[in-house]
Amino acid sequence: MLKTFPKGGVHPAEKKLSASRPIEVLPLPEQVSIPIAQHIGTPATPVVAKGDSVRVGQLIAKSNGFVSANIHSSVSGVVESLDPILDSSGYKKPAITIKIEGDEWMEGIDRTADVKKEISLSAEELIVKINEAGIVGLGGATFPSHVKLAVPKGKKVDVLIINGVECEPYLTSDHRLMLEKADELMVGIMVLKKVLGAERALIGIENNKRDAIAHLKNVSTGYPGIEVYPLRVKYPQGGEKQLIKALIKREVPSGGLPIDVGTVVHNVGTTLAVYEAVQKGKPLVERIVTITGKGVKNPGNYLVRIGTPISKLIEAAGGLPEDVGKVVNGGPMMGKTINSVEAPVTKGTSGVILFPSKESLRGEAQPSCIRCGKCVAACPMGLEPYLLNQLAQRRLYDRMEPERVVDCMECGSCSFACPANLPLLDYIRLGKAEVFAMIRARKS
Amino acid sequence: MNKLLVVSPSPHTHSGESTSRLMYNVVLALAPALAVTLFYFGMGALVVTLISITSCLLFEYLIQKFLLKVKPTISDGSALVTGLILAFNLPSNLPWWIVVIGAIIAIGVGKMSFGGLGNNPFNPALVGRVFLLISFPVHMTSWPLPIESRMSYINAVTGATPLAIVKEGLGKGDTMSVISEQIPSHMQLFMGTMGGSLGEIAAFALIIGFVWLLVTKVITWHIPVSIFTTIVAFTGILWLINPQANADPLFHLLTGGVMLGAIFMATDYVTSPMHPKGMWIFGVGIGLITVIIRVWGAYPEGISFAILIMNAFVPLINRYVKPKRFGEEVKKNG
Amino acid sequence: MSYSIIISTVLMLSALGVLAAVVLYLVAQKFKVYEDPRIDAVEAVLPGANCGGCGYPGCRGFAEAFVKADDITDMFCPPGGNAVFAAAAKVVGKDAVAQDPMIAVVRCAGAPQHRPKTSVYNGASSCKSATTIFSGDTGCQFGCLGLGDCVEVCKFDAIHIDVATGLPVVSEENCTACGACIKACPKSIIELRKKGPKGKRIFVSCVNKDKGGIAKKSCAVACIGCNLCVKACPHDSIVIENFLAYIDFNKCKLCRKCVEVCPTGAILEANFPPRKKKEEVEVGSETA
Repeated sequence: MLKTFPKGGVHPAEKKLSASRPIEVLPLPEQVSIPIAQHIGTPATPVVAKGDSVRVGQLIAKSNGFVSANIHSSVSGVVESLDPILDSSGYKKPAITIKIEGDEWMEGIDRTADVKKEISLSAEELIVKINEAGIVGLGGATFPSHVKLAVPKGKKVDVLIINGVECEPYLTSDHRLMLEKADELMVGIMVLKKVLGAERALIGIENNKRDAIAHLKNVSTGYPGIEVYPLRVKYPQGGEKQLIKALIKREVPSGGLPIDVGTVVHNVGTTLAVYEAVQKGKPLVERIVTITGKGVKNPGNYLVRIGTPISKLIEAAGGLPEDVGKVVNGGPMMGKTINSVEAPVTKGTSGVILFPSKESLRGEAQPSCIRCGKCVAACPMGLEPYLLNQLAQRRLYDRMEPERVVDCMECGSCSFACPANLPLLDYIRLGKAEVFAMIRARKS
Repeated sequence: MNKLLVVSPSPHTHSGESTSRLMYNVVLALAPALAVTLFYFGMGALVVTLISITSCLLFEYLIQKFLLKVKPTISDGSALVTGLILAFNLPSNLPWWIVVIGAIIAIGVGKMSFGGLGNNPFNPALVGRVFLLISFPVHMTSWPLPIESRMSYINAVTGATPLAIVKEGLGKGDTMSVISEQIPSHMQLFMGTMGGSLGEIAAFALIIGFVWLLVTKVITWHIPVSIFTTIVAFTGILWLINPQANADPLFHLLTGGVMLGAIFMATDYVTSPMHPKGMWIFGVGIGLITVIIRVWGAYPEGISFAILIMNAFVPLINRYVKPKRFGEEVKKNG
Repeated sequence: MSYSIIISTVLMLSALGVLAAVVLYLVAQKFKVYEDPRIDAVEAVLPGANCGGCGYPGCRGFAEAFVKADDITDMFCPPGGNAVFAAAAKVVGKDAVAQDPMIAVVRCAGAPQHRPKTSVYNGASSCKSATTIFSGDTGCQFGCLGLGDCVEVCKFDAIHIDVATGLPVVSEENCTACGACIKACPKSIIELRKKGPKGKRIFVSCVNKDKGGIAKKSCAVACIGCNLCVKACPHDSIVIENFLAYIDFNKCKLCRKCVEVCPTGAILEANFPPRKKKEEVEVGSETA
């Protein structure tokens, strides 16, 4: 029996249309718009002005505080404006728009494909490098990586967990990465292990990616202390707490962090970025993005410069299908819909999924909850979504806190499972925001 | 872009599960038992079932359309299930007008007066059945004999149920070895060759339905299994203490409405707890009350009352019995 | 035989009744809490709507705080108005300062014909929920979403979504200025303003902080921050901040000059008689 997390979870249809498509390099667009807030935390502060010439890898916005990240130019050219643009959050947010001229990279960036295995820097120097490169969690959460790597005093990390689960349907970018960049990935893991002082590193991969599991098992023999674990397919196994539970049976306490149970989780994409930053001197300026969906002519995986309009990606995949009702940035369970295809690819864009209009609208909600308990059974956090939904609709936010709404990670399993088609998560998300506001107000 | 994009919160995909699919699967699961009852009780079973279903659907439609003035939802299948289960709880020679009254009470009082599907605290079919049992005790407890009364409806040959025979016999002071000569064998009980309500007789058909419900993931095993376990354990202890004064556990399991009640009525979504921990409490409660009524109560059968009584505790159970939260225990210890 | 049953039953029940009465009396004595009788008196004159417009949890909460307070100048019961507040003040022997009646005002006039849709929202029917995923289904990211969070929280049936415009409309009669809708609106579009003499008031019905060009592109009746109203105002009551005009209702003398000069018709006047001269001036809706 393969490992998995014990509580809750659902099985959405996998639909990995682009799993067999090798990663291609997306041609450069005419211009890119790079938002200054691509991560969780304080937005970065722009350090360029309109009219400045920039090169690939040049710092254009500086990290603003501990929980923040540097932003580098992903192209070479001239800064056209610093005006807000409509990004994938659905809001107009400040971004640095650069008109592309040529493709000139900063000095010191090694663009060859050679795998550099020797890690010459010390742990402290490595963290500085990672921080400078503006690396954030590329699985979609976009939490600045250097924060997760700074082990607080008194805590110890004995196991590093590498997340190659990719439990979201449709997405295949991590899958391709594991197949095509296995060696780079391993060196990245060695770097992270050194930074954290962890003896073991476990790579968790769902069993629907057998080729990746076999390949990584093979490659990992050349690196000490790296183990590959196939996992039973179940959503949301890619959730940090679920993955930890599945792999090492430790339960992250409510309101706690993985480091409280002696582990840290990094996504495979992030690990690759760490490798490139540390060994090749390359900041985070591009990432692998899956473009897929029913009706997409050539679903595929592309290496895309940050800031490229999503429309360019769609073009490369054979153009916008005639019948498209919804464009999702991320996976179908947790991704966000975008209201304009001109929104840029950001550090957190793991995939773009186009849905035909028939699948875009939700099914009609039934008049009432029939108390079937399917949401309770589906919730991986052991919450009662039906109750949270009722409380949020009735605005009884103070009663939601003891029901542990803050533990909700918005995985969407409850809404997915609800036979009455109720928008459970919509209201729970709302209630969660209110409860967080309440807690903040109480603290201050 | 000539067409506007849809913007919606996640998730953007759905399991495809729907209320009506769940309900129709319950109907499918009841089909084997219906087939068996048509075989044993023939005409009577057919008439009672049809009247019960039609009147439940009709009353649901009329009440929603003209009293509540909302869009009727009879197509969701819940009224169909109520109608079937109500019929399964009635004797096959029940006059048609009593069936109709049962349907009015089940749908009108049991379900709609609380706001319709999802809001009723008590299982509607059971509300109807218990109302009839109290209002028409003679009609409700004259059970046609299986097979013999196949071709007749009202004037069927009647007899007592095995449970009633045991209760009466023990009441007179007879020992179980004397009584057991008057009741069907365990195999006959399993196949349903006994007097009783329409749907409760054939244990094997109900178990097929149970398996179907589990396979299609309509229900989980917790409630039926907890009820069965409790009944077997409780009656088993009594039987071991004095096998002459108490029927054996298997007899208790196979007779009366235990199978039908545990598999189809106690598991009614609306009136049962939301998660396994609560389901166990609910099931154990039903098992205990059933046996208490059977052994010491005035009625030979008690599962209907047991389910209704435990239904009343469901809000309390849901309120105070919470699933184990992820990360909870660790927090307490550390 | 039967008599003795009846007698024993009666005696039994009476004894139970007496026992219960004694227990209840003792418990009531033991747990007696002294309460200022003025709290009840104040609560009695309050409207009893428990709307929370005063900032306290319900009328009782207000009454308790009111009786305790040394200074009541900062307190007010918006739905009760001056009469109720004066009556409440009388109970505690203090003087109430009369306040101008206020009303909730919706500062968005972007009906569909002015503000074309750019996407379709498909989710829980809640403005707050919609704001978690995007800024709105039109080009304007400040405007009303029309999903009716304000309608839902109103306890006085005073705000409704107009089917034609998709925007909330406040009822002059029912609105008590309790402020519930203002707290509920995630876009901060609704504001309390002076009701004005005979309900006459003028306000900028827009909260768009984009540059003029962008604002104009997304909505035909947006305030574009052009400064014409500021120049036209003889009372110095209009300020422009972030390309958005705001009329100070304490300074406004209701001369309507700004309404006439506004090129987009973003300034609305409410409850004014129709103009005598038949000019081609854009006049806002009468309802506000």
